Amino acid sequence: MTEAPDNLKYTPDHEWLRLEDDGTVTLGVTDHAQQALGELVYVELPEAGRELEPGEACAVVESVKAASDVYSPLAGAVTAINDALADTPELVNDSPYADGWLLQLRPADPKTLEDLMDPEAYARFLAESED
Amino acid sequence: MPFIPHTEDEVRDMLGAIGVSSIDELFDEIPAELRIDGLNGVLPALNEAGIKRLMATRAAADTGGLCFIGAGAYDHHIPAAVWAVATRGEFYSAYTPYQAEASQGTLQVIYEYQSMMAELTGLDASNASLYDGATAFAEACLMAVRANRKSKSRRILTTRGMSPAYRAVASALLQGQGLELVELPMADGVTDPQALEALGEQDFAALAIQQPSFLGTLEAVDALTDLAHAQNMLVIGVCNPTSLALLKPPGQWGDAGADVACGEGQPLGIPMSSGGPYFGYMVCRQALVRQMPGRIVGRTVDLDGRPGFTLTLQAREQHIRRSKATSNICTNQGLMVTAATIYMALLGGEGLRRVALQSHANTRALVDGVASLDGVRVAFDNYFHEAVLVLDRPVAPVLESLAQQGVLGGYDLGADYPELGDALLVCATEQRTPADIDNYVRSLGDTLARSRAA
Repeated sequence: MTEAPDNLKYTPDHEWLRLEDDGTVTLGVTDHAQQALGELVYVELPEAGRELEPGEACAVVESVKAASDVYSPLAGAVTAINDALADTPELVNDSPYADGWLLQLRPADPKTLEDLMDPEAYARFLAESED
Repeated sequence: MPFIPHTEDEVRDMLGAIGVSSIDELFDEIPAELRIDGLNGVLPALNEAGIKRLMATRAAADTGGLCFIGAGAYDHHIPAAVWAVATRGEFYSAYTPYQAEASQGTLQVIYEYQSMMAELTGLDASNASLYDGATAFAEACLMAVRANRKSKSRRILTTRGMSPAYRAVASALLQGQGLELVELPMADGVTDPQALEALGEQDFAALAIQQPSFLGTLEAVDALTDLAHAQNMLVIGVCNPTSLALLKPPGQWGDAGADVACGEGQPLGIPMSSGGPYFGYMVCRQALVRQMPGRIVGRTVDLDGRPGFTLTLQAREQHIRRSKATSNICTNQGLMVTAATIYMALLGGEGLRRVALQSHANTRALVDGVASLDGVRVAFDNYFHEAVLVLDRPVAPVLESLAQQGVLGGYDLGADYPELGDALLVCATEQRTPADIDNYVRSLGDTLARSRAA
């Protein structure tokens, strides 16, 4: 059973997003995603300032046997990246929803966040995809 | 008969399982106008005797002779032990094995090779080799565009002294991905650093420098590297590995060193063989290693703490990353690399240095010899083991006449560098004796004199 906190939004590609008080959005990969990937050995992050299109690949998470793109469901500019992942990519495994965040962005249209799945919908999505 | 092991029944079963009636129907989505109807130009099948005869005819057309041609492939001495060891059954396969870790000996050879190349180039990490020098250069350009985060450009600057063949191959491979090679102007056989400065604020992903240049000359690599870095470009050094035993390795160019080194591995124990197989090498700084194409062998320890060798960083490769792999033309040349590793191990650093020194000295003796001939001018003074001669008449007939005297007289630069006039690129490796060099000088002198009298 994987964990999926209540205050987050989820995508079908197993990213989570959190709207912060300052209007930025934090993005990471879900507990399910990190379990499926296994121990991460490298995380490639974008440059701060990069403008992302909705659905654009913005990061790569790499384990010993696989590498997967991370997509931003929102348009927006990258405002910060998690520099700690350069030396300790395993933070994504240990703490996918807190210390293992990937990047922050300022969404062009914050309302698009509402189109994403809530935790219940994501749980249903996971259950269906396991069938 | 094509080598397809499936029986007709099996093919029918498989087609039935996916609901397709014929193999042709599998390819229905390819428009008819893109399909080739029959392979015109392919000769009919030959039996073994026929093939043997054809190949013997082709081989006989490669007449040999006293070789003074370089231009990318070099006639160095190859100790007999190199291929005696490389063709042992344990090594004699062109490929890294699919179940790689079962072949610890093969992986160890590649690991030793990588270590030697890293030392030779002064950079951190080498891959297990690429197809040849030209494709290694193309891969280095692609790698630079991926890796340079300070540049959004898909353009690569290259010196005009970059091998014309490498430029042509790279252009062909890069254009499909929207990359473009842009040439810097050449003056006196080298690149003037001011030409680079003059580009000002223009955005390029990288500067590629061949050192020694295709013309044998030595570029101002320190100044070029520093200027390129100051303009947010990465630096690709394309180097003859033999020359690195004498010249400053690319990892030490300028203040920060080149970012990627690549080139043709043929000088390291691979016979010229009418053009191949050869192998390409590629080495880079640690920070760029995840953008490097091809396989990398790492040293590790097993569960009991014993050392062993393993393929590493595989997640970038095509069997895992598919279309997003760092490369999908990462053919490597395992057997050539095995020979090169044995060659370098036999010679050692000092042996390789002596090969480089003797090649330089022989070319200098050759140049000094021909400089005194009427109708020969030495174009550039500053060279490693190849030099440009400018003749007072067209080069092609002169080369033809030399060939009739058993001398392969050099490479005609007319098509690639028309601005040099009737120019000829010559090379004398460590294999050329003083008598060989005298022979060349005499033959060239006779040819020119006869041509003048005619």
